[in-house]
Amino acid sequence: MNNEAPRISIRGLCKSFNNNVVLEDIDLDLMPGHSTTVIGMSGTGKSVLIKCILGLLKPDTGEILVDGENWLSLSEHEHLLRMRRIGMLFQGAALFDSLKVWENVSFALLRQNFSNKAARERAIEVLEWVGLHDIADLMPAELSGGMAKRVGLARTICHKPDIVFFDEPTTGLDPIMSDVINRLIVRLHKGSGTTMLSITHDLKSAAMISDHIALLCHGRIHRIIPANELHSDKDPMLRQFVEGRAEGPINCSQWGKKIEEAMNR
Amino acid sequence: MIKLLTATGKLTENFCIHLGLYASTFSGTVRRMGSGPWHLRMLLQQAEEVGVQSLPVVMLTALFTGMVLALQSYIVFHRFAAESLTGLVVSMSLVRELGPVLVGLMVAGRVGASFAAELGTMRVTEQIDALWTLSTDPVRYLVMPRLIAVTLMMPLLVVIADFIGIYGGYAISVHLLDQNPVVYLENTTIYMELEDFYSGLVKAAFFGVLIGIIGCTEGFNCKGGAAGVGTATTRAVVISCMSILVSDYFLTAWMFG
Repeated sequence: MNNEAPRISIRGLCKSFNNNVVLEDIDLDLMPGHSTTVIGMSGTGKSVLIKCILGLLKPDTGEILVDGENWLSLSEHEHLLRMRRIGMLFQGAALFDSLKVWENVSFALLRQNFSNKAARERAIEVLEWVGLHDIADLMPAELSGGMAKRVGLARTICHKPDIVFFDEPTTGLDPIMSDVINRLIVRLHKGSGTTMLSITHDLKSAAMISDHIALLCHGRIHRIIPANELHSDKDPMLRQFVEGRAEGPINCSQWGKKIEEAMNR
Repeated sequence: MIKLLTATGKLTENFCIHLGLYASTFSGTVRRMGSGPWHLRMLLQQAEEVGVQSLPVVMLTALFTGMVLALQSYIVFHRFAAESLTGLVVSMSLVRELGPVLVGLMVAGRVGASFAAELGTMRVTEQIDALWTLSTDPVRYLVMPRLIAVTLMMPLLVVIADFIGIYGGYAISVHLLDQNPVVYLENTTIYMELEDFYSGLVKAAFFGVLIGIIGCTEGFNCKGGAAGVGTATTRAVVISCMSILVSDYFLTAWMFG
């Protein structure tokens, strides 16, 4: 990383649910124009981390600085105003069922008093970008999973955010559609220089869309490496995760034991 | 004994948490009403859904309630030759009590359930989170229009229900029980005061607030996927209906006490 000030700086972030500590003293810097991916086992708190940054969950302690401003001290109204610079692709796309595809895509613009005509034109332009120019008037229920994800991606970038979050962008998609989504994300990143934070289990996707990869383990950021070193890094925890082994320093023996017991029964 | 105390404690805790949630949703929504954006399109859409689409069920309920009331009152009044009071009983019962309560129960079943199911589904599919990330206040966009719509539409539905119910009573009394139509209508209107009519409308608006707040809060705070949406919907209907019946007594005692 360089000497530039980080776009997002997370300091000492802790979050627990009913005495169950999920995130413990997280420190992470996202540099402007960089794409970072957080990988880690299911239930390690990757989604919780993104939700804390977005203000959807309130952390117990810590700071989230965006361009030096602590977003945790903002009022609800101020936070909402800041969200105009944010884009977020949800795991299930989270399209609004009652709105047409173009209304979904241009939702943020319509809320900013764009005329219907201008918003629709921009929506169709972005839909073309994701290869779906002819579905503007369909309802979300009429879309396949891959199409919904691409519409979600179009909605994420339609209002030209400068920070974009991706929650499992390729989960549930076939390998070809995963590749399409990955390529679109890379194109977006290279084309607009957006700062990105993704979370995923998909190591191929992580290697493809990121500059840096961070391993979240036992509630902490265990290691951050350049994406091209994902398969060569010698860290035992990272190796275990990359090689997909049940045995290793990441403690999953409890689950293994439970599964074994269940199978024996 | 300890089990009983623990269960009572949990029940009380749960009750207090939900009461707090309703109060917080209500105050948060009312606070937002002070300034825009108003999301008028959403408000009109909800008003149509709550008002126009509830009309058939409300009209049918009111018509048959009026008819049954006329029949029952006639049978009783006939025993001491006071059949002419049938119109009065039908109109007073409907306007002061049965109109708002029955419309409230119907709307709670139809609209309260739909609020909870719709918002609950939006919650579990992350659509509410998506609203926030698109710089839109979910309470202002989802709860405020629904609450305003149901509060405004309830009195209108009750006015329609009152007229339909009174007509139902008239039809049975005049065409089936051979009562004099002039006497029936005269007795319907002569003893009725404007206050009787207004009290029904105040009750209706209050029940509208209850239905809106309970339905939206249950949906908005829904957890646990499809099963959670089902639970939220059931809770919304049951709690709304119970609240309507309980608050009806206190409102009546307050207004006519």
